[in-house]
Amino acid sequence: MTQVSEIAYKVRSKNAGPFWVTVDIFCGTPEAFARLREGLKTETVAALYHQPTQLLKRFDIADLNVIKFSFPRPVIQGHRSDRDMHGAQWATLLAEMRL
Amino acid sequence: MPTRVLIPSGVLCLGFDREALARGVAMKPDLIAIDGGSTDSGPWSLGAGQSKYARSVTKSEWRELMLARAEAGVPLVIGTAGTCGADACVDWMFDITQELATELGQSVKVARLYSGQPAARITQALAAGRVKPLTPAPEISSDRLDQMTNIVALAGAEQIQAALNTGADIIIAGRTTDTAIIAALPLMRGDHAGAAWHGAKVAECGALCSTNPTSGVILVDFDETGFTVEPLATGASCTPHSVSAHMLYENSDPFILYEPGGHLDVTETRYLALDARRTRATGSRWVPGRYTVKLEGARAAGFQTTLIAVLRDAHYVANAQAWADKLHGFLDALIAKRMGLDPASYDLDFRLIGVNAALGAMENRSAAPVEVGVLLIITAQTQALAAEIGKLANPHLLHYPLTENEELPTFAFPYSPAQSDRGALYEFALNHVLELDDPMSAFRLTVTEVSP
Repeated sequence: MTQVSEIAYKVRSKNAGPFWVTVDIFCGTPEAFARLREGLKTETVAALYHQPTQLLKRFDIADLNVIKFSFPRPVIQGHRSDRDMHGAQWATLLAEMRL
Repeated sequence: MPTRVLIPSGVLCLGFDREALARGVAMKPDLIAIDGGSTDSGPWSLGAGQSKYARSVTKSEWRELMLARAEAGVPLVIGTAGTCGADACVDWMFDITQELATELGQSVKVARLYSGQPAARITQALAAGRVKPLTPAPEISSDRLDQMTNIVALAGAEQIQAALNTGADIIIAGRTTDTAIIAALPLMRGDHAGAAWHGAKVAECGALCSTNPTSGVILVDFDETGFTVEPLATGASCTPHSVSAHMLYENSDPFILYEPGGHLDVTETRYLALDARRTRATGSRWVPGRYTVKLEGARAAGFQTTLIAVLRDAHYVANAQAWADKLHGFLDALIAKRMGLDPASYDLDFRLIGVNAALGAMENRSAAPVEVGVLLIITAQTQALAAEIGKLANPHLLHYPLTENEELPTFAFPYSPAQSDRGALYEFALNHVLELDDPMSAFRLTVTEVSP
């Protein structure tokens, strides 16, 4: 069992406007990209963020060795129950996910 | 006609490299453009109509840009002035500009572009079917629109061009798209439309598209076939990777970017390193579409009071969640008894710092922390009510025991009084677009000659 952060060199997340959040996985090399593209199942990532799979947009970008997931924020940015105004800590869940 | 745009940094108040700015001015740009905000930090700025940045920092950085403008002899544009670009923030930035003109002895023509929308205009457009929801969109109605403290529309290139056409030295724009202030001039001068929008997107965060993200200053050359981007700080580089990767940033789709009047598509873009510092991009496409502008709105959703207690006792640390749940039930009962309030009319939210304060139900790790911070956020219909609930909760947050028959515990309060009133809680209430026949019909332009 290897953590995603041990394969990718950087995982980051951020709001994409107040209504969306986006997670970028910078794999660094074509080998790491291939491994994570196979290893990261969209359903598993959706479950990690408690989201229905069909809401996740996924981009596998070979030119950049990047895998990107975007989904509507379950809580709109700044709503009283929002816990992370910038959505930047959400990346940790994916970084710590074990394959 | 080739167009050179100098971008001092990703946003006014984040600082920039002075030497790099001077280098940029010496390279004879056609325009200096800087962003003044975004929705990044949340709904407060738009809700309250105030800048989130310190006036002193805003003024000191704007002073340097006004000096750079005078030296370069080209227009200086700020978009989304005062963080949210509400009309009050445009006027706040105008006041600062007037003060500086006096202090610097500058005579300048200042154009103010207002993006604020009266609720009645949006209500009318909604009834006419000209307000369309994006995904996901909050419910709107004429009542809800009336409750919003500020509604702004994001100006595009056309409105910035109208401001440039006044011959203004300085343009203070309300809410605009981040890209419009940079793309407007190259588009006006007939440069490649795809390149204009794409180059603007790459440069709008300043040096974030380079290998040295904090260095600030970026220069973009636009022409009839593409754009070239160059960082001006020594040691920074714009590589094909750093430039293309920037399309990922804060974008839900890394290939498509919607703007007023169409969208940018970078699927076929080719990136070429001209040398170690500069990257050129060609093949970006602009796809014209209906003329719509995005709307943003904020409304007050109650008032808040917060309290923080710190649990250090190991037994309480180990049982923090159970303790908070039990205390929550106790407080609801007490609020009903003492204040006659139904739990539906207020909200108590316990955040356990050290347990799951950042991720809530998504948190999947657990460990034994040394201490747990208990942040209690109270939301009620008025500040007085939230404050009253805070005072009611105070002694119990301090002393509430896990079990009966134990000596009353006393937790750590970091300050006195333990409760702090936060004022209004604002929330974003629009994720819609407004269709326009005439781009200027929802925007207002005022031109003033400012002298020392």
